[in-house]
Amino acid sequence: MQLETVRIQLTEADTHIALFRDVANVGALYGRLIAKNPEFEYAFIDASTIVSPLHLLSAIFRAYICYATGKLQTNNIHSEIVLSLSPNNNINESYRRWGPTPGKTKDMIVVKVVPDNVSEPRPTADGIRAHLAQHIDGRSVPFSDEEIRKSTDRSKVTKYYKLKCPTLDNLKDPAQREREEERLVIMGMALREL
Amino acid sequence: MAAASEPEPEFPLPQVLTYPASTPPLLITQGAEGRLYKSVHVLSNRPCALKYRPSKAWRHPVLDARLTKARMSSEAKVLDRCRREGVPVPAVYAMDAVAGWMMLEWIDGVPVRAAINGWLGERPETEPTPDETVDPAPLAGLMRRIGAAIGGLHRVGVVHGDLTTSNMMLRPWADANTEGGGGGGGGGGHGDQSKLLDGDVVIIDFGLATQSSSDEDRAVDIYVLERAFASTHPRAEKFFDYVLEAYGESFKKAPSVLKKLADVRMRGRKRSMLG
Repeated sequence: MQLETVRIQLTEADTHIALFRDVANVGALYGRLIAKNPEFEYAFIDASTIVSPLHLLSAIFRAYICYATGKLQTNNIHSEIVLSLSPNNNINESYRRWGPTPGKTKDMIVVKVVPDNVSEPRPTADGIRAHLAQHIDGRSVPFSDEEIRKSTDRSKVTKYYKLKCPTLDNLKDPAQREREEERLVIMGMALREL
Repeated sequence: MAAASEPEPEFPLPQVLTYPASTPPLLITQGAEGRLYKSVHVLSNRPCALKYRPSKAWRHPVLDARLTKARMSSEAKVLDRCRREGVPVPAVYAMDAVAGWMMLEWIDGVPVRAAINGWLGERPETEPTPDETVDPAPLAGLMRRIGAAIGGLHRVGVVHGDLTTSNMMLRPWADANTEGGGGGGGGGGHGDQSKLLDGDVVIIDFGLATQSSSDEDRAVDIYVLERAFASTHPRAEKFFDYVLEAYGESFKKAPSVLKKLADVRMRGRKRSMLG
């Protein structure tokens, strides 16, 4: 199983991320999420709503800053990541859109943020990998630009982030268009509180 | 404490910049309202400009928080509008309006002010303007791009409020050989020097920007730049006509703005209080 561990700039935490395709037990995972099972302190994200790794990492950065400055609007840093993906303040809607939906979600991203100051025993990459491998019934693929883009549902992203605008209409080159889309998505998240 | 061995920063950093990064924050400028740092957003290869408005000790805390938040959000909204309408401005990467900081896309290049001064600086002071020995086309071209950039901003209903050549970046063209010069550009042949004024004009610092479509506000916007330009680059003053010319062609209502500009010049930036 593949687990990516990154240090996001300007955070004091290890961020562990895994991408699974064709997850068969979304319903069971969703149930544990709703039950706030402490063993399942992860952010589960429907991969079809994510345009690139940078998109997700930007949301994690935002959630971390809220965590570190005592401004979480949800229960913990993991639910805050899901809210951080939204361009508005509707918490329920953000869970519905960016969180997993039984029967609909196929590809799923799992995130675990371990701040440097958490008390022992500190979750390790090996421990997380083993836990996910045991509980997630899906095919593990690398959390890479290429793999993420394969999962993206462009019409959903366009709708959620209101991407219909002259800037994108006028960009013909597909690579340039994707870059600008990513920027506008990140900008949408950044301007959420306004 | 890793910081113990390092010299104390001149100013206290915003909390977000106290967390570890591959490159330490670099103070770029200090303005009246705040400070600008170079830092990184999320990835070590993703530079950003962090704009920080520290809280003002002399203001009532509640008022201070409200003002900071309102100004930050109006700036971000203007940037969002421009970015969606196809006007080149820095994208917003992240922000905390309450804490008073905003991370913006890092724009490569130098301020237009420095580029023009560098270009003029090659010539002796006594020479009032570039003469026949120097090809004035690069400067005229840059001035036209400035006019078009302001026209783009005004076209989408944004008035900058503080246009100066320091608030415009000259972003190098990705392919240095395309655009601009028009193939050879005459016998300039100064190598690097002839490229000094190449690049896209990207307007920055929307801290005083407002959303407005009135001829009056637009004309004042240009007037402010005209005055600033005359005092910053007196030797290039006569080139300002190129700005106006390109602006006049940039959107439908531009000619009526230029008409209004004539009135504004007569009376100055402020409208008369007497009816």
